[in-house]
Amino acid sequence: MTVTTELPEAWQSEPMVPRQYRVVSRRRETHDVVTLALEPLHGRGSPVRPGQFNMLYAFGIGEVPVSISGDPAAAGPIVHSIRAAGLVTRALCDSHPGTVVGLRGPFGTDWGVDTAVGRDLVIVGGGIGLAPLRPVIYSVLANRERYGRVSVLIGARSPADLLYTAELQNWRSRFDLDVRVTVDVAGGTWRGPVGIVTELIPRASFDPRSAIAFVCGPEIMIRFAARSLVDHGLDPANIRVSLERNMKCAIGLCGHCQLGSEFVCRDGPVFTYARVGRLLAIQEV
Amino acid sequence: MGIEPLEVLLRDHPFFRDLDASDIQFIAGCGRNVVFEPGAYLFREGEEADQLFILRHGRVALEIMVPGRGPVVIDTPEEGEVIGFSWLFAPYRWRFDGRALEHVRAVALDGVCLRGKCEDDPKLGYELMKRFASILVRRLQSARLRVIDMYRP
Repeated sequence: MTVTTELPEAWQSEPMVPRQYRVVSRRRETHDVVTLALEPLHGRGSPVRPGQFNMLYAFGIGEVPVSISGDPAAAGPIVHSIRAAGLVTRALCDSHPGTVVGLRGPFGTDWGVDTAVGRDLVIVGGGIGLAPLRPVIYSVLANRERYGRVSVLIGARSPADLLYTAELQNWRSRFDLDVRVTVDVAGGTWRGPVGIVTELIPRASFDPRSAIAFVCGPEIMIRFAARSLVDHGLDPANIRVSLERNMKCAIGLCGHCQLGSEFVCRDGPVFTYARVGRLLAIQEV
Repeated sequence: MGIEPLEVLLRDHPFFRDLDASDIQFIAGCGRNVVFEPGAYLFREGEEADQLFILRHGRVALEIMVPGRGPVVIDTPEEGEVIGFSWLFAPYRWRFDGRALEHVRAVALDGVCLRGKCEDDPKLGYELMKRFASILVRRLQSARLRVIDMYRP
């Protein structure tokens, strides 16, 4: 993983000043998740790595951290999937092509996909947590021969809450990718598994001695998924988790996102479970 | 391809992993091969629960009919897992419907027969109870996490 304490060149002097980006497309993924493609009004966007995030600013309302969910290798707009959960995210979800938003970033550590070359990969995403993992999947598929077995384990609240369903179908049709999907609750027409995402881990095929896991989702899901992976033989140092906290400055100054001694915006959002596992179990932090 | 003896089918199933061959042979005496087409019910809520299903192939929906909502799927055991614990405890009635989502092949073990063998051989009975308890704990933990509704905004 790469710690990105060094800001992109254009931002080293003014990391707190948002640049203007225009929404060039908007795609509704589920009833409360929208994917926006953004292009800078002036100049070029900064290069991004899978796992990093931007601060998106709905002018006059507020700013929120949002992970990059598009293909980092693709030229063109930067892609974010946003869940409408509060005032700012609702405003961003309600934006439409032509709307101008503010953007600072990219910030934070990345998934370190390149350091997993030659290993089996276990990618575990729950709910909106699949969004920061999608760039990992893109990166792996672009260089599929460089990795061992790849399992993508996805959990959602219900079938209607599954993200990227067209891509899921596409990934599931591949012979070099083991994609498993489960939901917490389903009606009688659902033919797939029902249960929590951690229940998919024993069904995935990987060498626990060397596999690398990427885990993102609600924090409680991360805790249980990471514990399950450890129970199945993975070294906590080989489990990478992406955390979400109340990022404000995004450059490790304000402390809003602090998790113990870690600044999630600067030292994360991607950490090894070996580094933060103990902190996740402490209620007071 | 010939039909494999029940002992072999049970020996190869994860639930019976590392169990003594003599114990598996003893248990196989309670079993028979069963097949269900997609949509067929293995059992229905309220019926007498007299079987334990050792799933060899396919996925089964455990579901309950909720008035106004239709059937709600609460779990989906599949190949390598077992279904049915109601045969263990009075009043021996199924609590849910079990519906095949795919072509399902299983070994059905007669509950009365199995209870009898567990009573006759407490050592085997204890070993099986530990295995059942392990599955029940895992399902309880799953249910608890779903009660939390962790994906709620």
